[in-house]
Amino acid sequence: MQVPKFWREIPRYYRLEAGKCDQCGKITFPSRLVCPECGSREHSKVHLSGRGTLKTFTIIRIPPDGFGDQAPYAIGIVQMDEGVGVMAQITDCDVDALSIGDTMITKFRRVREEGKTGIIMYAYKFVPDVGV
Amino acid sequence: MVGIVGYGTQIPRYRIRVEEIAKVWGADAPSYKRGLGLNEKSVPAPDEDTATLSVNAARNALLRAGILPQELGAVYVGSESHPYAVKPTGTIVSEALGACPHVHTADLEFACKAGTEGLFITLHEVKSGVFPYALAVGADTSQGAPGDALEYSAAAGAAAFIVGTDRLIAELLHTDVFMTDTPDFWRREYTHYPEHGGRFTGAPAYFKHVSGAALGIMDKAGMKPQDFTYCIFHQPNGKFPVQAAKQLGFQEAQWLPGLLSPTLGNTYSGSSPMGLAATLDVAKPGDTILLVSYGSGAGSDAFIFRATERLTEVRGMAPLVRTQLDEHRVFIEYGTYAKFRRKILKAE
Ligand SMILES: [Zn+2]
Repeated sequence: MQVPKFWREIPRYYRLEAGKCDQCGKITFPSRLVCPECGSREHSKVHLSGRGTLKTFTIIRIPPDGFGDQAPYAIGIVQMDEGVGVMAQITDCDVDALSIGDTMITKFRRVREEGKTGIIMYAYKFVPDVGV
Repeated sequence: MVGIVGYGTQIPRYRIRVEEIAKVWGADAPSYKRGLGLNEKSVPAPDEDTATLSVNAARNALLRAGILPQELGAVYVGSESHPYAVKPTGTIVSEALGACPHVHTADLEFACKAGTEGLFITLHEVKSGVFPYALAVGADTSQGAPGDALEYSAAAGAAAFIVGTDRLIAELLHTDVFMTDTPDFWRREYTHYPEHGGRFTGAPAYFKHVSGAALGIMDKAGMKPQDFTYCIFHQPNGKFPVQAAKQLGFQEAQWLPGLLSPTLGNTYSGSSPMGLAATLDVAKPGDTILLVSYGSGAGSDAFIFRATERLTEVRGMAPLVRTQLDEHRVFIEYGTYAKFRRKILKAE
């Protein structure tokens, strides 16, 4: 990923900035220009709470370049409390102990880095909500 | 009146036991445990660093403070393991919290003292009316050279404090400082691991500065050790802070709630700040707390706080230090530890 592309996504990656339709209240993440529910183009910025329920997940055992030292790791879709589904890596977990319906919270983590000299990219990841 | 409005911590879930490190280097675990007063230490996950620990700790501090991130006038991150050599950690933290763009941000560095430096600056800045609220974070993911005594203690964690003049959970009564140029521990540019002066890190370094600052602030406040409910001294291991407290005339009940190093290790810039957080987790309104940090190089910052009524109201809004430290730990072997800390790398 290039620096400008990552930089543009900082509000979403760092603090879960979403869009809320001014007409019907539909929340979109990432924020959409046109509301998929009512077609309105008027929307406000809101931040997701970071809490939700694990809807589905998969375990990556053959990872892509740059993630070799992390396998096996889980990627999941979490139904956030605000009603929107968010996909992210699930970290700090035993991948074999995950199950659909688990309560998840987001934490701020390192996602990848561009080699040894490039930028470090940070974003949200999910962790099972165990109260720590 | 100025003081702490909210506090929060983040401790990684991974731990390595002293025995596991000693086994690899043929060292005698019981004598390390006795000598250093350490049993295990925290290890950051591969996707955790000073910026992530700082953000997650600061989010907990915001929950307890009950203020909006945009109300923060300053964000200071004290660490000796900033993720970049050049590029501030503070901007990452400010942006993740939603405090940008009207926020004064700086990265601080002073070995293990960088965390309380931020606290010192924000308390005096807020007191002088520059900002209504400010955030100070002490965080580190420090490393010791493989086999070195520091490898048994160098740990990871963060503590964050939001300072203000209203909504106080602990009022600041006094501050004091004690500094000299003492080369007891250092790391040169482009080197991975620090070097230290061995036994020289004791009497002329740690003990001289910690007791200098403690005696200085008690003199200023007209207080004696028995006037404090709790005390926290920097925790490079499990032995030094207890020895310093005893020498100064404190009793075990005063230092025990804030003593985390036996199972946490030394979180450097996070060390005494996390001890303060753990003490705030148990303090009652009216309790007085003495905090003395130490950073090699060398110096100590000292603070006296008095807990307020609001502390008990906000305590439950974020995880307690002991919960993060004692629950849901994952013990790892040296091989995993070496991978997590990038002492060994997978061929890509
Ligand atoms: Zn709509």
